Amino acid sequence: MSTAIEFRNVTKTFHGANYSAVDHVSLTIDEGEFITILGSSGCGKTTLLKMINRLYEPDSGSVILFGEDISTVDVVKVRRRIGYVIQQIGLFPHYTVSENIATVPKLLKWDKAKIAARVDELLTLVGLDPKEFRNRYPSQLSGGQQQRIGLARALAVDPKIMLMDEPFGAIDSITREKLQDELLNLHRNMGKTFLFVTHDIEEAFKLGDRVIIMNEGKILQFDTPEAIIREPADPFVQSLVDSAKAKEAFWRAYL
Amino acid sequence: MIEYLTRYYDKLLTATLEHLEIVMITLMISLAIAAVLTIVSSYSKVVSRVLLNLFSMIYSIPSLALLALLIPVTGLGKKTAIIALVIYNQYLLLRNFLAGLEGVDPSIIEAAKGMGLTRMQMLFRVQVPLAKSALIAGMRIALVSTVGIATIASAINAGGLGGILFDGLRTMNIPKIVWGSILSALLAILIDRLLVFVEKRSEKADK
Repeated sequence: MSTAIEFRNVTKTFHGANYSAVDHVSLTIDEGEFITILGSSGCGKTTLLKMINRLYEPDSGSVILFGEDISTVDVVKVRRRIGYVIQQIGLFPHYTVSENIATVPKLLKWDKAKIAARVDELLTLVGLDPKEFRNRYPSQLSGGQQQRIGLARALAVDPKIMLMDEPFGAIDSITREKLQDELLNLHRNMGKTFLFVTHDIEEAFKLGDRVIIMNEGKILQFDTPEAIIREPADPFVQSLVDSAKAKEAFWRAYL
Repeated sequence: MIEYLTRYYDKLLTATLEHLEIVMITLMISLAIAAVLTIVSSYSKVVSRVLLNLFSMIYSIPSLALLALLIPVTGLGKKTAIIALVIYNQYLLLRNFLAGLEGVDPSIIEAAKGMGLTRMQMLFRVQVPLAKSALIAGMRIALVSTVGIATIASAINAGGLGGILFDGLRTMNIPKIVWGSILSALLAILIDRLLVFVEKRSEKADK
Protein backbone atom coordinates (compact mmCIF):
# COMPACT_ATOMS: atom_id res chain seq x y z
CA MET A 1 0.00 0.00 0.00
CA SER A 2 1.33 3.46 -0.85
CA THR A 3 1.75 6.35 1.53
CA ALA A 4 -0.90 9.06 1.12
CA ILE A 5 0.17 11.59 3.72
CA GLU A 6 3.46 12.11 5.47
CA PHE A 7 4.41 14.70 8.09
CA ARG A 8 8.15 15.20 8.53
CA ASN A 9 9.00 16.94 11.77
CA VAL A 10 6.28 19.55 11.34
CA THR A 11 6.01 22.45 13.79
CA LYS A 12 3.53 25.31 13.83
CA THR A 13 3.41 28.07 16.43
CA PHE A 14 0.82 30.80 16.28
CA HIS A 15 1.85 34.37 16.80
CA GLY A 16 1.80 35.24 20.50
CA ALA A 17 1.22 31.67 21.73
CA ASN A 18 3.41 30.22 24.49
CA TYR A 19 3.56 26.72 23.08
CA SER A 20 3.41 25.18 19.61
CA ALA A 21 -0.01 24.22 18.25
CA VAL A 22 1.76 21.40 16.47
CA ASP A 23 5.09 20.40 17.97
CA HIS A 24 7.62 18.40 15.90
CA VAL A 25 5.09 15.95 14.52
CA SER A 26 6.11 13.12 12.21
CA LEU A 27 3.64 10.52 10.97
CA THR A 28 2.65 8.53 7.90
CA ILE A 29 -0.82 7.61 6.73
CA ASP A 30 -1.41 4.93 4.10
CA GLU A 31 -3.72 5.35 1.17
CA GLY A 32 -7.26 4.23 1.96
CA GLU A 33 -6.97 4.52 5.73
CA PHE A 34 -9.67 6.15 7.86
CA ILE A 35 -7.75 8.16 10.46
CA THR A 36 -9.43 10.00 13.30
CA ILE A 37 -7.64 12.72 15.23
CA LEU A 38 -8.77 12.95 18.84
CA GLY A 39 -8.01 15.59 21.43
CA SER A 40 -9.56 18.33 23.49
CA SER A 41 -9.94 21.83 22.14
CA GLY A 42 -6.65 23.65 21.68
CA CYS A 43 -4.63 20.46 21.35
CA GLY A 44 -3.61 21.22 17.76
CA LYS A 45 -5.76 18.68 15.94
CA THR A 46 -7.40 21.24 13.63
CA THR A 47 -4.04 22.91 13.00
CA LEU A 48 -2.62 19.54 12.00
CA LEU A 49 -5.51 19.02 9.57
CA LYS A 50 -5.33 22.48 8.05
CA MET A 51 -1.66 22.12 7.21
CA ILE A 52 -2.64 19.35 4.79
CA ASN A 53 -4.65 21.69 2.54
CA ARG A 54 -2.36 24.62 3.28
CA LEU A 55 -4.92 26.71 5.13
CA TYR A 56 -2.00 26.91 7.56
CA GLU A 57 1.66 26.76 6.60
CA PRO A 58 4.08 24.94 8.90
CA ASP A 59 6.90 26.97 10.46
CA SER A 60 9.28 24.08 9.89
CA GLY A 61 9.16 20.54 8.56
CA SER A 62 7.30 19.36 5.50
CA VAL A 63 3.97 17.81 4.55
CA ILE A 64 4.09 15.29 1.73
CA LEU A 65 1.10 14.01 -0.21
CA PHE A 66 1.68 10.98 -2.44
CA GLY A 67 5.40 11.67 -2.48
CA GLU A 68 5.07 15.37 -3.33
CA ASP A 69 6.06 18.15 -0.92
CA ILE A 70 2.95 20.35 -0.99
CA SER A 71 4.86 23.55 -0.29
CA THR A 72 6.23 23.25 -3.84
CA VAL A 73 2.77 22.91 -5.44
CA ASP A 74 0.39 25.78 -6.26
CA VAL A 75 -1.87 26.21 -3.25
CA VAL A 76 -5.11 26.25 -5.27
CA LYS A 77 -4.10 22.99 -6.99
CA VAL A 78 -3.37 21.35 -3.64
CA ARG A 79 -6.79 22.33 -2.29
CA ARG A 80 -8.71 21.17 -5.34
CA ARG A 81 -7.20 17.71 -4.94
CA ILE A 82 -8.48 17.49 -1.36
CA GLY A 83 -12.03 17.36 -0.05
CA TYR A 84 -12.66 19.60 2.96
CA VAL A 85 -15.65 19.43 5.29
CA ILE A 86 -16.05 21.67 8.36
CA GLN A 87 -18.37 21.73 11.34
CA GLN A 88 -20.05 25.00 10.28
CA ILE A 89 -20.52 23.42 6.82
CA GLY A 90 -20.19 26.77 5.02
CA LEU A 91 -22.64 26.12 2.18
CA PHE A 92 -23.08 29.12 -0.12
CA PRO A 93 -26.51 30.51 0.79
CA HIS A 94 -26.97 32.22 -2.59
CA TYR A 95 -26.42 28.96 -4.50
CA THR A 96 -28.85 26.06 -4.83
CA VAL A 97 -27.83 22.61 -3.64
CA SER A 98 -26.73 21.60 -7.13
CA GLU A 99 -24.82 24.86 -7.66
CA ASN A 100 -23.08 24.33 -4.33
CA ILE A 101 -21.99 20.82 -5.29
CA ALA A 102 -21.00 21.99 -8.78
CA THR A 103 -18.76 24.84 -7.58
CA VAL A 104 -15.40 23.22 -8.25
CA PRO A 105 -16.49 21.23 -11.36
CA LYS A 106 -17.64 24.56 -12.81
CA LEU A 107 -14.32 26.21 -12.02
CA LEU A 108 -12.65 23.28 -13.77
CA LYS A 109 -14.95 23.91 -16.77
CA TRP A 110 -16.61 20.51 -16.93
CA ASP A 111 -19.41 20.42 -19.49
CA LYS A 112 -22.96 20.90 -18.29
CA ALA A 113 -24.20 17.37 -18.83
CA LYS A 114 -21.25 15.91 -16.93
CA ILE A 115 -21.84 18.32 -14.03
CA ALA A 116 -25.57 17.54 -13.86
CA ALA A 117 -24.88 13.80 -13.88
CA ARG A 118 -22.21 14.18 -11.19
CA VAL A 119 -24.52 16.26 -8.96
CA ASP A 120 -27.25 13.61 -9.14
CA GLU A 121 -24.74 10.83 -8.53
CA LEU A 122 -23.37 12.60 -5.44
CA LEU A 123 -26.81 13.43 -4.03
CA THR A 124 -27.76 9.77 -4.31
CA LEU A 125 -24.46 8.79 -2.72
CA VAL A 126 -25.14 10.94 0.36
CA GLY A 127 -28.69 9.63 0.62
CA LEU A 128 -30.71 12.55 -0.75
CA ASP A 129 -33.17 12.27 -3.64
CA PRO A 130 -31.79 14.43 -6.49
CA LYS A 131 -35.24 15.32 -7.81
CA GLU A 132 -36.33 16.63 -4.47
CA PHE A 133 -33.16 18.37 -3.35
CA ARG A 134 -31.15 19.65 -6.29
CA ASN A 135 -32.99 22.96 -6.65
CA ARG A 136 -33.37 23.78 -2.98
CA TYR A 137 -31.44 26.47 -1.18
CA PRO A 138 -29.36 25.63 1.93
CA SER A 139 -31.82 27.52 4.15
CA GLN A 140 -34.47 24.98 3.18
CA LEU A 141 -32.48 22.06 4.62
CA SER A 142 -32.04 20.58 8.10
CA GLY A 143 -28.58 20.58 9.71
CA GLY A 144 -28.03 16.93 8.86
CA GLN A 145 -29.10 17.47 5.25
CA GLN A 146 -26.83 20.49 4.97
CA GLN A 147 -23.85 18.46 6.12
CA ARG A 148 -24.72 15.75 3.57
CA ILE A 149 -24.51 18.48 0.91
CA GLY A 150 -21.25 19.67 2.44
CA LEU A 151 -19.91 16.13 2.06
CA ALA A 152 -21.21 15.83 -1.51
CA ARG A 153 -19.61 19.17 -2.41
CA ALA A 154 -16.28 18.05 -0.97
CA LEU A 155 -16.46 14.81 -2.99
CA ALA A 156 -17.37 16.57 -6.25
CA VAL A 157 -14.11 16.18 -8.14
CA ASP A 158 -13.30 12.81 -6.61
CA PRO A 159 -10.40 13.83 -4.36
CA LYS A 160 -8.13 11.08 -3.07
CA ILE A 161 -7.96 12.67 0.37
CA MET A 162 -10.88 13.90 2.49
CA LEU A 163 -10.31 16.19 5.47
CA MET A 164 -13.16 16.53 7.94
CA ASP A 165 -13.06 18.92 10.88
CA GLU A 166 -15.69 17.83 13.44
CA PRO A 167 -18.26 17.54 10.65
CA PHE A 168 -20.96 16.10 12.90
CA GLY A 169 -20.17 18.27 15.92
CA ALA A 170 -23.31 20.40 15.67
CA ILE A 171 -25.69 17.60 14.71
CA ASP A 172 -28.11 15.85 17.05
CA SER A 173 -26.95 12.47 18.33
CA ILE A 174 -29.47 10.30 16.44
CA THR A 175 -28.67 11.90 13.09
CA ARG A 176 -24.99 11.81 13.98
CA GLU A 177 -25.00 8.04 14.54
CA LYS A 178 -26.65 7.58 11.17
CA LEU A 179 -24.21 9.88 9.41
CA GLN A 180 -21.29 8.06 11.05
CA ASP A 181 -22.54 4.71 9.75
CA GLU A 182 -23.04 6.12 6.27
CA LEU A 183 -19.60 7.72 6.31
CA LEU A 184 -18.05 4.36 7.21
CA ASN A 185 -19.91 2.81 4.30
CA LEU A 186 -18.76 5.52 1.92
CA HIS A 187 -15.19 5.03 3.02
CA ARG A 188 -15.37 1.29 2.54
CA ASN A 189 -16.69 1.66 -1.00
CA MET A 190 -14.42 4.45 -2.19
CA GLY A 191 -10.90 3.59 -1.10
CA LYS A 192 -10.14 7.20 -0.27
CA THR A 193 -7.97 8.37 2.59
CA PHE A 194 -10.11 10.01 5.29
CA LEU A 195 -8.87 12.29 8.07
CA PHE A 196 -11.50 13.09 10.64
CA VAL A 197 -10.99 15.46 13.57
CA THR A 198 -13.18 15.00 16.63
CA HIS A 199 -13.14 15.59 20.38
CA ASP A 200 -15.56 12.70 20.94
CA ILE A 201 -13.72 9.52 21.92
CA GLU A 202 -16.58 7.19 20.92
CA GLU A 203 -16.74 8.79 17.50
CA ALA A 204 -12.99 8.59 17.09
CA PHE A 205 -12.83 4.91 18.02
CA LYS A 206 -15.91 3.94 16.04
CA LEU A 207 -14.77 5.52 12.79
CA GLY A 208 -10.99 5.28 12.82
CA ASP A 209 -8.94 2.39 11.47
CA ARG A 210 -6.26 4.14 13.48
CA VAL A 211 -6.59 6.99 15.95
CA ILE A 212 -4.20 9.88 16.53
CA ILE A 213 -4.43 11.14 20.10
CA MET A 214 -3.06 14.65 20.55
CA ASN A 215 -2.38 16.91 23.50
CA GLU A 216 -0.55 20.23 23.59
CA GLY A 217 0.63 19.89 20.01
CA LYS A 218 2.16 16.45 20.43
CA ILE A 219 0.98 13.05 19.28
CA LEU A 220 0.66 10.88 22.38
CA GLN A 221 -0.40 7.72 20.61
CA PHE A 222 -1.17 6.72 17.03
CA ASP A 223 -2.58 3.25 16.83
CA THR A 224 -5.68 1.13 16.26
CA PRO A 225 -8.55 1.70 18.72
CA GLU A 226 -8.02 -1.80 20.07
CA ALA A 227 -4.33 -1.25 20.81
CA ILE A 228 -5.03 2.10 22.44
CA ILE A 229 -7.67 0.65 24.73
CA ARG A 230 -5.50 -2.32 25.61
CA GLU A 231 -2.31 -0.38 26.14
CA PRO A 232 -2.70 3.37 26.62
CA ALA A 233 0.72 4.87 25.97
CA ASP A 234 0.43 7.73 28.39
CA PRO A 235 -1.48 8.93 31.50
CA PHE A 236 -3.47 11.38 29.36
CA VAL A 237 -4.58 8.60 27.02
CA GLN A 238 -5.34 6.45 30.05
CA SER A 239 -7.60 9.17 31.45
CA LEU A 240 -9.39 9.49 28.09
CA VAL A 241 -10.07 5.76 27.99
CA ASP A 242 -11.17 5.83 31.64
CA SER A 243 -13.61 8.65 30.97
CA ALA A 244 -15.19 6.64 28.14
CA LYS A 245 -15.44 3.60 30.40
CA ALA A 246 -17.05 5.69 33.14
CA LYS A 247 -19.70 6.84 30.67
CA GLU A 248 -20.31 3.26 29.65
CA ALA A 249 -20.76 2.28 33.31
CA PHE A 250 -23.25 5.15 33.75
CA TRP A 251 -25.50 3.71 31.04
CA ARG A 252 -25.07 0.14 32.20
CA ALA A 253 -26.52 1.12 35.59
CA TYR A 254 -29.87 1.71 33.89
CA LEU A 255 -30.02 -1.54 31.93
CA MET B 1 -42.25 81.48 -5.55
CA ILE B 2 -44.35 79.65 -8.14
CA GLU B 3 -43.89 82.60 -10.42
CA TYR B 4 -40.15 82.11 -10.37
CA LEU B 5 -40.68 78.47 -11.30
CA THR B 6 -42.94 79.26 -14.25
CA ARG B 7 -40.70 82.03 -15.53
CA TYR B 8 -37.32 80.39 -15.07
CA TYR B 9 -38.22 76.71 -15.32
CA ASP B 10 -35.70 76.25 -18.15
CA LYS B 11 -32.93 77.71 -16.00
CA LEU B 12 -33.87 75.42 -13.10
CA LEU B 13 -34.05 72.40 -15.40
CA THR B 14 -30.66 73.14 -16.91
CA ALA B 15 -29.15 73.52 -13.45
CA THR B 16 -30.73 70.26 -12.27
CA LEU B 17 -29.46 68.37 -15.29
CA GLU B 18 -26.04 69.88 -14.88
CA HIS B 19 -26.07 68.80 -11.24
CA LEU B 20 -27.16 65.30 -12.22
CA GLU B 21 -24.38 65.19 -14.79
CA ILE B 22 -21.73 66.04 -12.18
CA VAL B 23 -23.18 63.42 -9.80
CA MET B 24 -23.32 60.68 -12.44
CA ILE B 25 -19.81 61.29 -13.79
CA THR B 26 -18.54 61.37 -10.21
CA LEU B 27 -20.32 58.10 -9.41
CA MET B 28 -18.93 56.25 -12.42
CA ILE B 29 -15.35 57.34 -11.77
CA SER B 30 -15.68 56.79 -8.01
CA LEU B 31 -17.03 53.26 -8.42
CA ALA B 32 -14.31 52.29 -10.88
CA ILE B 33 -11.57 53.55 -8.57
CA ALA B 34 -13.20 52.13 -5.43
CA ALA B 35 -13.55 48.72 -7.10
CA VAL B 36 -9.84 48.66 -7.92
CA LEU B 37 -8.89 49.84 -4.42
CA THR B 38 -11.18 47.22 -2.86
CA ILE B 39 -9.53 44.46 -4.87
CA VAL B 40 -6.07 45.75 -3.95
CA SER B 41 -7.12 45.93 -0.29
CA SER B 42 -8.38 42.34 -0.35
CA TYR B 43 -4.82 41.21 -0.99
CA SER B 44 -3.29 43.00 1.97
CA LYS B 45 -4.56 44.12 5.35
CA VAL B 46 -1.76 46.68 5.59
CA VAL B 47 -2.66 48.31 2.28
CA SER B 48 -6.33 48.41 3.23
CA ARG B 49 -5.56 50.08 6.54
CA VAL B 50 -3.24 52.64 4.95
CA LEU B 51 -5.81 53.49 2.27
CA LEU B 52 -8.65 53.83 4.76
CA ASN B 53 -6.61 56.09 7.05
CA LEU B 54 -5.46 58.20 4.14
CA PHE B 55 -8.97 58.70 2.77
CA SER B 56 -10.47 59.32 6.19
CA MET B 57 -7.90 62.08 6.69
CA ILE B 58 -8.79 63.65 3.34
CA TYR B 59 -12.49 63.20 4.08
CA SER B 60 -12.10 65.32 7.19
CA ILE B 61 -10.92 68.32 5.11
CA PRO B 62 -13.86 70.73 4.67
CA SER B 63 -15.10 70.72 1.09
CA LEU B 64 -14.42 74.38 0.40
CA ALA B 65 -10.88 73.96 1.62
CA LEU B 66 -10.30 70.89 -0.56
CA LEU B 67 -11.67 72.72 -3.58
CA ALA B 68 -9.44 75.68 -2.83
CA LEU B 69 -6.44 73.35 -2.55
CA LEU B 70 -7.21 71.84 -5.95
CA ILE B 71 -7.69 75.11 -7.84
CA PRO B 72 -3.97 75.83 -8.31
CA VAL B 73 -3.52 72.33 -9.70
CA THR B 74 -6.59 71.77 -11.88
CA GLY B 75 -8.13 75.23 -12.16
CA LEU B 76 -11.70 76.36 -11.71
CA GLY B 77 -14.71 74.47 -13.05
CA LYS B 78 -16.40 71.13 -13.33
CA LYS B 79 -13.26 69.04 -13.62
CA THR B 80 -11.93 70.20 -10.27
CA ALA B 81 -15.32 69.67 -8.65
CA ILE B 82 -15.51 66.11 -9.92
CA ILE B 83 -11.99 65.35 -8.74
CA ALA B 84 -12.83 66.57 -5.23
CA LEU B 85 -16.09 64.62 -5.16
CA VAL B 86 -14.38 61.44 -6.33
CA ILE B 87 -11.76 61.79 -3.59
CA TYR B 88 -14.46 62.25 -0.92
CA ASN B 89 -16.37 59.24 -2.21
CA GLN B 90 -13.38 56.95 -1.91
CA TYR B 91 -13.61 57.04 1.86
CA LEU B 92 -17.35 56.33 1.93
CA LEU B 93 -17.21 53.63 -0.72
CA LEU B 94 -14.04 51.87 0.39
CA ARG B 95 -15.04 51.80 4.05
CA ASN B 96 -18.47 50.37 3.28
CA PHE B 97 -17.23 47.94 0.63
CA LEU B 98 -14.53 46.52 2.90
CA ALA B 99 -16.88 46.29 5.89
CA GLY B 100 -19.45 44.53 3.72
CA LEU B 101 -16.98 42.01 2.34
CA GLU B 102 -15.52 41.31 5.76
CA GLY B 103 -19.02 40.81 7.15
CA VAL B 104 -19.52 37.63 5.13
CA ASP B 105 -19.80 34.55 7.40
CA PRO B 106 -16.21 33.36 8.00
CA SER B 107 -17.19 29.70 7.75
CA ILE B 108 -18.38 30.30 4.17
CA ILE B 109 -15.05 31.95 3.40
CA GLU B 110 -13.15 29.06 4.95
CA ALA B 111 -15.14 26.46 3.02
CA ALA B 112 -14.57 28.38 -0.21
CA LYS B 113 -10.87 28.72 0.49
CA GLY B 114 -10.58 25.03 1.35
CA MET B 115 -12.28 24.10 -1.93
CA GLY B 116 -9.53 25.90 -3.81
CA LEU B 117 -11.20 29.12 -4.92
CA THR B 118 -8.68 31.77 -5.91
CA ARG B 119 -8.90 35.17 -4.28
CA MET B 120 -10.71 36.66 -7.27
CA GLN B 121 -13.14 33.73 -7.50
CA MET B 122 -13.81 34.12 -3.79
CA LEU B 123 -14.42 37.85 -4.22
CA PHE B 124 -16.74 37.69 -7.21
CA ARG B 125 -18.54 34.39 -6.67
CA VAL B 126 -18.93 34.46 -2.91
CA GLN B 127 -18.15 37.75 -1.16
CA VAL B 128 -19.66 40.28 -3.56
CA PRO B 129 -23.00 38.47 -4.03
CA LEU B 130 -23.33 37.89 -0.28
CA ALA B 131 -22.37 41.46 0.61
CA LYS B 132 -24.59 43.00 -2.04
CA SER B 133 -26.83 44.97 0.29
CA ALA B 134 -23.86 46.42 2.15
CA LEU B 135 -22.27 47.41 -1.16
CA ILE B 136 -25.44 49.14 -2.33
CA ALA B 137 -25.78 50.84 1.06
CA GLY B 138 -22.30 52.28 0.57
CA MET B 139 -23.24 53.58 -2.87
CA ARG B 140 -26.37 55.23 -1.49
CA ILE B 141 -24.41 57.11 1.15
CA ALA B 142 -21.85 58.19 -1.43
CA LEU B 143 -24.50 59.38 -3.88
CA VAL B 144 -26.43 61.44 -1.36
CA SER B 145 -23.24 63.00 -0.09
CA THR B 146 -22.15 63.76 -3.68
CA VAL B 147 -25.41 65.56 -4.42
CA GLY B 148 -24.89 67.67 -1.31
CA ILE B 149 -21.22 68.52 -1.74
CA ALA B 150 -21.75 69.20 -5.46
CA THR B 151 -23.84 72.25 -4.54
CA ILE B 152 -20.81 73.69 -2.77
CA ALA B 153 -18.69 73.02 -5.83
CA SER B 154 -20.56 75.73 -7.69
CA ALA B 155 -18.42 78.14 -5.67
CA ILE B 156 -15.64 77.28 -8.11
CA ASN B 157 -17.84 77.66 -11.20
CA ALA B 158 -18.82 74.03 -11.56
CA GLY B 159 -22.44 74.95 -12.29
CA GLY B 160 -25.43 72.94 -11.11
CA LEU B 161 -28.06 73.73 -8.51
CA GLY B 162 -25.46 75.25 -6.23
CA GLY B 163 -25.13 78.08 -8.74
CA ILE B 164 -28.75 79.07 -8.26
CA LEU B 165 -28.45 78.66 -4.50
CA PHE B 166 -25.36 80.88 -4.24
CA ASP B 167 -26.81 83.46 -6.65
CA GLY B 168 -29.82 83.67 -4.39
CA LEU B 169 -27.62 84.08 -1.33
CA ARG B 170 -25.58 86.84 -2.93
CA THR B 171 -28.62 88.87 -4.05
CA MET B 172 -30.89 87.81 -1.17
CA ASN B 173 -33.31 86.37 -3.72
CA ILE B 174 -35.51 84.06 -1.62
CA PRO B 175 -37.12 82.06 -4.48
CA LYS B 176 -33.67 81.20 -5.85
CA ILE B 177 -32.48 79.99 -2.44
CA VAL B 178 -35.61 77.94 -1.88
CA TRP B 179 -35.71 76.34 -5.31
CA GLY B 180 -32.01 75.61 -5.24
CA SER B 181 -32.41 73.84 -1.91
CA ILE B 182 -35.60 72.00 -2.76
CA LEU B 183 -34.33 70.70 -6.06
CA SER B 184 -31.01 69.49 -4.67
CA ALA B 185 -32.79 67.76 -1.78
CA LEU B 186 -35.29 66.20 -4.18
CA LEU B 187 -32.46 65.01 -6.39
CA ALA B 188 -30.76 63.34 -3.42
CA ILE B 189 -33.97 61.66 -2.28
CA LEU B 190 -34.89 60.46 -5.78
CA ILE B 191 -31.48 58.98 -6.45
CA ASP B 192 -31.54 57.27 -3.06
CA ARG B 193 -35.00 55.79 -3.70
CA LEU B 194 -33.88 54.63 -7.11
CA LEU B 195 -31.05 52.64 -5.54
CA VAL B 196 -33.36 51.16 -2.92
CA PHE B 197 -35.59 50.07 -5.78
CA VAL B 198 -32.67 48.49 -7.64
CA GLU B 199 -31.62 46.67 -4.45
CA LYS B 200 -35.14 45.29 -3.86
CA ARG B 201 -35.39 44.15 -7.46
CA SER B 202 -32.12 42.29 -7.33
CA GLU B 203 -33.15 40.65 -4.06
CA LYS B 204 -36.36 39.45 -5.68
CA ALA B 205 -34.42 38.12 -8.64
CA ASP B 206 -32.35 36.04 -6.22
CA LYS B 207 -35.40 34.24 -4.92
